[in-house]
Amino acid sequence: MISIKNISKKYGEKHVVDHVDLDIPKGKIIAFIGSNGAGKSTLISIISRTLSKNSGEVYIDEKELKEWKSKELSKRLSILKQSNYLNIRLTIKELVSFGRFPYSNGKLTKEDEKIVDDAISYMKLEDLQDRYLDELSGGQRQMAYIAMIIAQDTEYVFLDEPLNNLDMRHSVHIMKIIRKLVDDLGKTVMVVIHDINFVSCYADYIVAMKDGKIVEEGATENILKSNVLKEVYGMDIGIHQINGKNICLYYD
Amino acid sequence: MLDKLTDRKRKTKLAILILVFMTLCFAAIFLFVGLTEKNIHFYLPRRLERVGAVLLVSYCIGSSSVVFQTITNNRILTPSVMGLDSLYMFIQTVVVFFFGSRQIAMMTGQVNFLISVGAMVFASWVLFFLLFKGEGKNVYFLVLAGMILGSFFSGLSTFMQVLLDPNEFLVLQGKMFASFSNINNDLLGLCVLIVGICILITIKDYSSLDVLSLGVDHGINLGISYKGLVLRNLMVISVLISVSTVLVGPITFLGILLVSLARQIVPTYKHSILITVSTLLGCLSLLGGLLMIERIFKYETTISVVINFVGGIYFIYLMLKESKK
Amino acid sequence: MINKMKRILLHRISWIVVLIILSIISIMIGVKDFSLRGIFTGNADDVNLVLISRLPRLISIIVTGASLSVAGLIMQTITNNKFVSPSTAGTMEWCKFGVMIAILLFGGRSSLVKMGVAFICALFGTLLFMKLLTKLQFTNAIIVPLVGMMMGNVVGSITSFFAYKYDIMQNMSSWLQGNFSLIIKGRYELLYIGIPFFIIAYVYANKFTIAGMGESFSQNLGLNHKRIVMGGMVIVAFITSTVVVTVGSIPFLGLIIPNIVAIYKGDNIKNTLFDIAILGSIFILVCDILGRIIIYPYEVSISVVVSVVGSIIFLVILFWRNKHAR
Repeated sequence: MISIKNISKKYGEKHVVDHVDLDIPKGKIIAFIGSNGAGKSTLISIISRTLSKNSGEVYIDEKELKEWKSKELSKRLSILKQSNYLNIRLTIKELVSFGRFPYSNGKLTKEDEKIVDDAISYMKLEDLQDRYLDELSGGQRQMAYIAMIIAQDTEYVFLDEPLNNLDMRHSVHIMKIIRKLVDDLGKTVMVVIHDINFVSCYADYIVAMKDGKIVEEGATENILKSNVLKEVYGMDIGIHQINGKNICLYYD
Repeated sequence: MLDKLTDRKRKTKLAILILVFMTLCFAAIFLFVGLTEKNIHFYLPRRLERVGAVLLVSYCIGSSSVVFQTITNNRILTPSVMGLDSLYMFIQTVVVFFFGSRQIAMMTGQVNFLISVGAMVFASWVLFFLLFKGEGKNVYFLVLAGMILGSFFSGLSTFMQVLLDPNEFLVLQGKMFASFSNINNDLLGLCVLIVGICILITIKDYSSLDVLSLGVDHGINLGISYKGLVLRNLMVISVLISVSTVLVGPITFLGILLVSLARQIVPTYKHSILITVSTLLGCLSLLGGLLMIERIFKYETTISVVINFVGGIYFIYLMLKESKK
Repeated sequence: MINKMKRILLHRISWIVVLIILSIISIMIGVKDFSLRGIFTGNADDVNLVLISRLPRLISIIVTGASLSVAGLIMQTITNNKFVSPSTAGTMEWCKFGVMIAILLFGGRSSLVKMGVAFICALFGTLLFMKLLTKLQFTNAIIVPLVGMMMGNVVGSITSFFAYKYDIMQNMSSWLQGNFSLIIKGRYELLYIGIPFFIIAYVYANKFTIAGMGESFSQNLGLNHKRIVMGGMVIVAFITSTVVVTVGSIPFLGLIIPNIVAIYKGDNIKNTLFDIAILGSIFILVCDILGRIIIYPYEVSISVVVSVVGSIIFLVILFWRNKHAR
């Protein structure tokens, strides 16, 4: 269980995250939505300890971030951020193997290698595993990073805009994998997504943010309503039932 | 599938073996060519000391540059480019200025060296906060700031040397600071000890540094204790730079050459391999350079000049390449 | 409007007063005692001292400070980059290289020959640098001075390589470090050649600004971009080589003075040129006076003082610009 209390982050005088409290339900896909600059990425960076906070507490399984040893925490919680520019040349397999670092300290055991292979096949990357990352397309690279996160095998997974710059096929593939991670392996995945229709089709729970504060949270069907979305995005969004799914139309 | 990986590992091993062999050859030539029964007692110990110094300096520069590039996450910064060796020379001057006696022997003695190293470790703290205070500082900004700082420190050192002895400060400068023709042998033993301790401290960090080369966020995600790791290694870097500067003086562009060449020869992210290869390359180029310049062309004191020439051109090339990305 | 003019005028007059006061101080300082009264009463010793040593020194300081700062301004305007100057574009190093060549080939007795060769080298090096800039189109302003300084380093190492090889290091080191203490009557007059270029710079100021906007922009306004850039670089190379041959190299000056003036007066060359020139002179004069009194009766050479003071100011400017650029 992850719960955060009174988290704030300031840049200069501006509160990017403004006294936020949140309990994150377990075993679900939780989508963070909101306009650019609403504080979604900052919030999940703070929870995943990749960004320092100005005040407040983050409890992961009843223990505050400070009390966790970094290495122990990395067996419970993983995060994948947006910019993944690499200075070094790695093959997919080498990258995915890094996911086992918290367990093996760089020296892979037989068991680690099996987990790495499984992660690669989970993402259907077997044919590409010896290719260098810089030879791949953006979508393939993103798949490789997600394979690394899968190899890391943590209960909690944070993904910051995993669909950024991806085509539809890769986006759907990634969302299906996330669904499987939750349904089959019982993980909790927290994901920042801009495409509201992916949220509608895949997420179980939504946290909506605006100006550094959480404005609404709840089960997907309760949040995906025109009046709520109007408050979050400040624009009229129509919701239509198509094939049993709520689809948002906001193009005009 | 697996063959490709083992194939690369084999190639890496082969490359290291060849480098070791070549280094041994060069060292042998350097040590034994021109020895006769008469001069062996005079030359051999001195040459041994110089080979030892070359080995130490190569490790110091190779290791500190590789690690520094990982910490700052880029391919063009090295401690020397950031002006750390000018900082060392400045600190040494300050130490002589305030604590030194007027005798030259005292000026380059062990006590002064240790005080200077202590000051350098302190300076690495300051550098730590400068590097990590602003989130996501521009690399070129850091390089430029470092170069200006370098020229500030060397200006200030010259200034204090003039104050020490306005008439003969050039002589003083020559005696206070080592160069390849004037390796500081007195401190060699102490330096071996210090470098040994540094290796012990950092060798278990190599795998964490491998992870860090994925970037800070991935590193933290995978559970490295980022701040401790960086601070510890910056401190070791400052000590290694002090050792190499006190032994042979500043060689600004050697580090960048060694690391880039090592990355070309063994394309790996593993610090243990990168550091080994850059150290070997350092031995090879320094011994080769010394042999060429001293035995074949019979000049003196120009090896640093040659390194800075080649290194400077290479640095421009690297910058142009990196800035296009 | 009139009020503004008045304020600018007042500003300038106060700078001039400062310069005059500093000049008098500069003339008074020295190992050999003399009194100002001696000059007015016609004391032969005092008058001679001033004419042979003190006055040449003062004049060369003023001319050096003004002309190097203006050279820096021209370079910054043409490249439209605040971090470019004779010392950060490698021009100084090319001058030294030229001096070395002149000493090797012609024995280096005549300053005019040295100057000529230094000028050609400096012009070549600076144009090469400019070529590189236009070809590569750097997006990051800070890369430009880095490339320039590195090129300077490379040229500098060639210079010292040959200087070692032909054993003229001793001879060269006087050009490696700027120094006013050797300036006496008959050894500084070369600096005067720089003055006409100063006037040309003033006349062409607007055109440099336009050239800095880029090639297509200036062509649009009907200006020959190449010719203006060439003209500017000739002026810069000329000024730098006269200074290097007579005084020696002085780092950072051309960079920091235009930046300081730009911070309080903006970037219009017509307005700032005079201030930059006079502030450059004042800066060097202050540094020189400092260098002469700190370890009196000895002297700290001007390049050491400037590299300490100048690099601090450069760093401040660098941090300031980095902060305000965003």
